[in-house]
Amino acid sequence: MATFKDFRNKVKPNWCPGCGDFSVLAAMQRAFASSGLEPEDVAIVSGIGCSGRISGYVNAYGFHGVHGRSLPIAQGLKLANRDLTVIASGGDGDGFAIGMGHTVHAIRRNVDITYIVMDNQIYGLTKGQTSPRSEMGFKTKSTPNGSIEASINPMEMALTVGAGFVAQSVSSDLKGLTHVIEEGINHKGFSLINVYSPCVTYNKINTYDWFKENLVSVNDDPNYDPSDRSMAMQKLMAHNGLVTGIIYQNKERPAYEEMISGFKEEGLAKQDLKITEEQFNKLTTEFA
Amino acid sequence: MIKQLSWKVGGQQGEGIDSAGEILSTALNHKGYYLYGYRHFSSRIKGGHSNTKIRISTNPIGSISDELDILVAFDQETIDLNAYELIPTGVILADAKFNPTVPEGVSARLLAVPFTKVAEEVGMAQMKNMVAVGASTALLGLDAEAFREVIEERFARKGQKVVDKNMEAIARGRQIVIDELGDEMPDFKLEESDGKKRLYMIGNDAIALGALAAGARLMAAYPITPSSEIMEYLIKKLPEFGGTVVQTEDEIAAITMVIGAGYGGVRSLTASAGPGLSLMTEAIGLSGMTETPAVIVNTARGGPSTGLPTKQEQGDLLAMLYSTHGEIPKIVLAPSTAEECFYDTILAFNLAEKYQCPVIILTDLALSLGKQTVEPLDYNKIQIDRGKLIGFDEELPELEQSQLFKRYGFDSEDGISPRVLPGTKHGLHHVTGVEHDETGRPSENPENRIRMMDKRLSKVANGIDFEEPVYLDAKHDEADLLVIGFNSTRGTIHEALERLEQDGMKINHAHIRQIMPFPTNMLADQMKKAKKVLVVENNSTGQLTNIIKMNVGMADKITHFGKYDGNPFLPSEIYKQCKELLVHGHI
Repeated sequence: MATFKDFRNKVKPNWCPGCGDFSVLAAMQRAFASSGLEPEDVAIVSGIGCSGRISGYVNAYGFHGVHGRSLPIAQGLKLANRDLTVIASGGDGDGFAIGMGHTVHAIRRNVDITYIVMDNQIYGLTKGQTSPRSEMGFKTKSTPNGSIEASINPMEMALTVGAGFVAQSVSSDLKGLTHVIEEGINHKGFSLINVYSPCVTYNKINTYDWFKENLVSVNDDPNYDPSDRSMAMQKLMAHNGLVTGIIYQNKERPAYEEMISGFKEEGLAKQDLKITEEQFNKLTTEFA
Repeated sequence: MIKQLSWKVGGQQGEGIDSAGEILSTALNHKGYYLYGYRHFSSRIKGGHSNTKIRISTNPIGSISDELDILVAFDQETIDLNAYELIPTGVILADAKFNPTVPEGVSARLLAVPFTKVAEEVGMAQMKNMVAVGASTALLGLDAEAFREVIEERFARKGQKVVDKNMEAIARGRQIVIDELGDEMPDFKLEESDGKKRLYMIGNDAIALGALAAGARLMAAYPITPSSEIMEYLIKKLPEFGGTVVQTEDEIAAITMVIGAGYGGVRSLTASAGPGLSLMTEAIGLSGMTETPAVIVNTARGGPSTGLPTKQEQGDLLAMLYSTHGEIPKIVLAPSTAEECFYDTILAFNLAEKYQCPVIILTDLALSLGKQTVEPLDYNKIQIDRGKLIGFDEELPELEQSQLFKRYGFDSEDGISPRVLPGTKHGLHHVTGVEHDETGRPSENPENRIRMMDKRLSKVANGIDFEEPVYLDAKHDEADLLVIGFNSTRGTIHEALERLEQDGMKINHAHIRQIMPFPTNMLADQMKKAKKVLVVENNSTGQLTNIIKMNVGMADKITHFGKYDGNPFLPSEIYKQCKELLVHGHI
């Protein structure tokens, strides 16, 4: 059985020292191992940006695509081979700006993949511009007078478009982060995991200390029921989205693959391509 | 008795015009006639003039005709808009309900037939189109029984009563015309056909069927005219073969889903028209850069922007060749008949896996939606070639700790590296749109960059495995003229050239089926044999003309003939331009 070390490779990440993404990487590796996966069972599809490089830092199959499109690539891959554990990952710009349309529709569609967003509330790789997750008033290179656009609340957004698994964590909590990734992988259907992953270079507001002060965990609330969607929404609204843990999970809804008529248990990629002459003749007769 | 004629039915969109054309043509197909149908329609659901023109012949045909013999009209607008096409001895069959009149200067005979009234008497006003079909059969000299099979196929599930009523509507329409015309029946009686069984399909049907036969099991697409028939067909059929169609949120999702599936090892496709292809452009580059197979169908329509969404144009050619940023290996095929749509689609899937690159199947609206007779498709010609794909069952040597499989290895002479699928033990590698090394890891090393670019581009640079990149009808070693086209214009050019041959002119015809890589040598040989070259294309700027000039040269010989009013060429237009060019030296 593989251990988390088997999911490590020798590539040195090009992230800044102290970047929150290091913890996300470590948590992923632990979660894969604890889920009983082997490196060849896992494929990570990532977007573009600092965080998008993560697919190259895990000893598994990795596809580093184009900006904002990790989700459709990951869904195509999962539909092609449902035997794989498919992880999509990227930054908040990737998922909530350029790729927001895909995020909403991937949630609705509910293909069984796990989407891990490394949310640093800033554009890092392009050296410090505002993101759709930047708070109103946040000063960046592209908002020198402070952002005048409202910030997206990804957890609330996910609940409104029908998400079946909504969780949030923070890079400083490796254990909690590993746990939500394990649960996301385990969940049958689309899982959205937003990880507060501080950018130590360009975001001097939403720092590790800031999160320590502001985050609340659903695990600290004995009455919290993650299967209750309205409770989840209330919790998020009460804390301006700054909530960690499994915020909502619907275990009843089947994944997209389960609902496709005629879709087989075995990965599509392993099935025979050739149609029989009898099948072919039946098809052509319709045009006679 | 005649060998061929043209029949048109027109009215407001949603009035049953399509199904009238469908039923008449299916019955004629069963009888063994060759057919070619073209729909004129607008971007709306109900209302607006719409018509279907069907050409019927005892010989193969691949074009709409210049003239019209029979016009079936459900409203006066249809007569006003289309009567000018009628031959002097033509016939208008119009619904008596709207008191039809013939415009001045039209000598065709008008027969007011109570389509609606008869349909109502039979039981349902919407069967007026069946009364019209019946009226037409009287002129064509067909028996009403010729329609029984089609009517049964179409209406059996609605019950015998509905079948009988439709048959009655046809019989009554037929009888009215026979009684009305008596001895004055014009000679539109068709000669006997050869009675052979053939298919009658639109290009999009053939592409969809080809994809299924090629083993495509996933389609991701966003609806758009004129490509939606491809996804609609596959939505119906793929579940029987374990596959599925995903209607995506946009075309970017469609193409990236296809790339994800291609990476996963499933043959998959997307289909769209110009606007969708514009959105897919960046991802097509990803397919080229990561050497991931992808098949993309572009059913070109009138552009730019929303352009003429329901009209014919060939204005996307250069965009298909060059629109991705940077330089990638890419294959662009351009079938010219529905039959080629089928076989070329199978080929496209083989080429995409063999050369590990995106393959675009470019059609145009007239080919995608025009319905034409297709000779029986040959099951034995369906060959599946997956190139250097390593199957899941193949054992790979164990990799050392942290070593990766050389997915982009330089070892092969043809530039094509072995392809291993995610899920394979000892096959781990990285895939990225960033420039990368042999294992797929990002690399900015200049030497590696050059080798990797050369490796990718060399895969298709020296031609690809395609037997007939150019269709040739070139019997003259020294021709007065070579006419070149692509996509749906083939039959129209052919027909124009037959007339020119009868006038004693020596004309060759080359129709390009493989546009990228460009078949330069083959075309150069043909161009050398001709005094002049005329490039016929449905666009304004001469896109194919310019590619030929760029690749082959001989610019002085080449004349561009464009049409971009939204309609396909007519044989007479090409005939006239060729003649003009040969007589006056220019057009």
